[in-house]
Amino acid sequence: MKKSFVLRFTIVLLILSIVLAGCGQAASNEVEVFSWWTGGGEAAGLEAMIKIFNAEYPKITFNNAAVAGGAGTNARAVLASRLQAGDPPDSWQGHAGQELIGTYVKDSKIEPLNDLYEAEGWGKVMPATLIPLISQDGNIYSVPVNIHRANVLWYNPKLLSDNGIAVPTTIDEWLSAMETLKGVGITPLALGEQWTKMHLLETVLLGTLGADKYNGLWDGTTDWGGADVTTALENYNKIVSYANTDSASLTWQDASQLVVNGNAAFNVMGDWAEGYFRELGKAPKTDYGWAPVPGTGGTFQFLSDSFVKAVGAKHPDAAESWLKVAGSKAGQEAFNPVKGSICARTDCDKNLFGVYLQSAMDDWASNTVVGSLTHGVVANDSWKSEIDTALGAFIASQDVPTFQTGLVAACKSSGPCQ
Amino acid sequence: MSKNKDRFLNILIVSPSILAVSIFIYGFIAWSIRVSMSQWKGLTPDYTFVGLSNYISLFNDPRFLVDIRNTVIFTLVFVIGSITLGFFLAVILDQGLKGEAFFRSLFLFPMAISYIVTGVVWRWLMNPAEGDRISGFNLLFSNLHLDFLINKWHTTVTWGIAAIALAAIWQMAGYIMALYLAGLRSVPEELREASRIDGANELQIYRYVVLPILTPVTLSAIIILGHISLKVFDLIIAVAGKQYPLDVPAIYMWQTTFDGLFYGRGAAIGTLLLLSVAVLIIPYIRYTLKSEAQQ
Repeated sequence: MKKSFVLRFTIVLLILSIVLAGCGQAASNEVEVFSWWTGGGEAAGLEAMIKIFNAEYPKITFNNAAVAGGAGTNARAVLASRLQAGDPPDSWQGHAGQELIGTYVKDSKIEPLNDLYEAEGWGKVMPATLIPLISQDGNIYSVPVNIHRANVLWYNPKLLSDNGIAVPTTIDEWLSAMETLKGVGITPLALGEQWTKMHLLETVLLGTLGADKYNGLWDGTTDWGGADVTTALENYNKIVSYANTDSASLTWQDASQLVVNGNAAFNVMGDWAEGYFRELGKAPKTDYGWAPVPGTGGTFQFLSDSFVKAVGAKHPDAAESWLKVAGSKAGQEAFNPVKGSICARTDCDKNLFGVYLQSAMDDWASNTVVGSLTHGVVANDSWKSEIDTALGAFIASQDVPTFQTGLVAACKSSGPCQ
Repeated sequence: MSKNKDRFLNILIVSPSILAVSIFIYGFIAWSIRVSMSQWKGLTPDYTFVGLSNYISLFNDPRFLVDIRNTVIFTLVFVIGSITLGFFLAVILDQGLKGEAFFRSLFLFPMAISYIVTGVVWRWLMNPAEGDRISGFNLLFSNLHLDFLINKWHTTVTWGIAAIALAAIWQMAGYIMALYLAGLRSVPEELREASRIDGANELQIYRYVVLPILTPVTLSAIIILGHISLKVFDLIIAVAGKQYPLDVPAIYMWQTTFDGLFYGRGAAIGTLLLLSVAVLIIPYIRYTLKSEAQQ
């Protein structure tokens, strides 16, 4: 008993000394890349990209500093303390857009990458409407690796055809379709816990306001207190009234599954749902269909994982080498088919992707690109959390005017509306 | 001389823990209070002093008012429910029935489970789905033709938090039973006999003899349950995740600090939580110390 304690103690000391020694020596030729990709398709995709990196830069050691847990919640806390201690990883992962810019650019933690974009010609292979969304004051701050689409309406083709319903393209058509379905005792809309309601809200805002005014919400040119937003919120209130009654107890998987199982007709979720449907063994176009959320045709509401370059990176050149791989055709073609997303570049080989992702690639290359709220593109973290609070209060009260007042206040406290 | 040496040694031995406690507990409490009076928002610490403005805005914040209301409902249901059920179970077990040891362990077991596990299980049990997808308690009620009992559990408007308290009662009632059982065993049989001779019926014995003797037990139970319910966090997260209608101060603190980067506001909520627990605990500790000193 005593012996084993001594043994354990020695082991702990040994491990500690190794860890401490590791902190002391920074190899000159390595790159430390921080992410929360520790499992599933994400980790496999990262591994595939690392392979390409190792082949192209054999002299640089790749240090994969991934932190597990809770969709990045733990990783972000670790990253925050490392940044406060002045010990940044060379590059880290974050949702492209304001989640990175609002948090790290404001505090001068990440560097502009305009020169890299220029040198690699990325401006030409990524959609022109994407660039402003990942920039601040003309500076581009991150390299998007993958693209997911937020404004997808998933539907059950059989339930729709059985009831003679065409796939709705406007919010009014959608509402009347749901009224019909409700009349015959089918749950019209599958909805899950609170963040999926925010996801639905952002698509309804986009569907009601259109791309320009929707973008204006985030730069302060569209008035949150205006009549358009009131209409959007009233639409949202109507749409939510067609949802399943147990939404608060369902995860996004539970909710999406209702559609492919024939328990509900529609669901609005990002296109990672497609990967989940495939996991369930469902076939595209027969078990599930997809369309842009009504009112958002021609618009691609995106979210993206991207990599940044730290200010004060210990290996700035190696960090740039990593970013070059992350933005390259080979790197993105290695990552995305495994992750179940599309490339940020528009020149990836379509044959690597399934039927849904191919259609998403077409839209990505041709549509107007706008950003997602729930997934960190258009609003900084503080603003998003204030919107989330206002939405939560609305879910409890269903009071549209109070909701709108809350949204106006959120924009004043943490957004551009001063 | 040797006494002084002893004293020196004593202080030396406890000094590491005194040092650790003063830094890691009191040091950080002081630091949190400092942060709660700053305007720190975002990743970079900003200690600009803003006085009590974080506290004042919290009390004008509709979400924090919901938190307070939820905490009050949760505490009342949880404390009253656990104590009533625990006492009831203890009285039954105290009757000396067969298999007492078995039931005692059975009622105590839930306490050994973490709140996360309890939460996951009760999430299934309290499934509010309707129609074909009905399950959990609601399915049971439906099969027993007790349809009037079918309800929306934690998704009930306004009172959903009380359903979460049910899970907490399930977890803690056994522990309260153990407290009361120990108390009941210490009530001298002579007292009961004396009251019977004086003409008291069983109910009156419990009301006028046993319960007053058990007052210290009840007080301990209220303190223990009360501080648990003020800090409740993991159980709600496991049952319902982060959802506004079931929000409590601890969840708001976590979300606003780490998701929203409002460090000043988060620290203010933390400080208020500490104060509310202190109001409950400090008189109790003083009372206990005093009665120990008297012995």
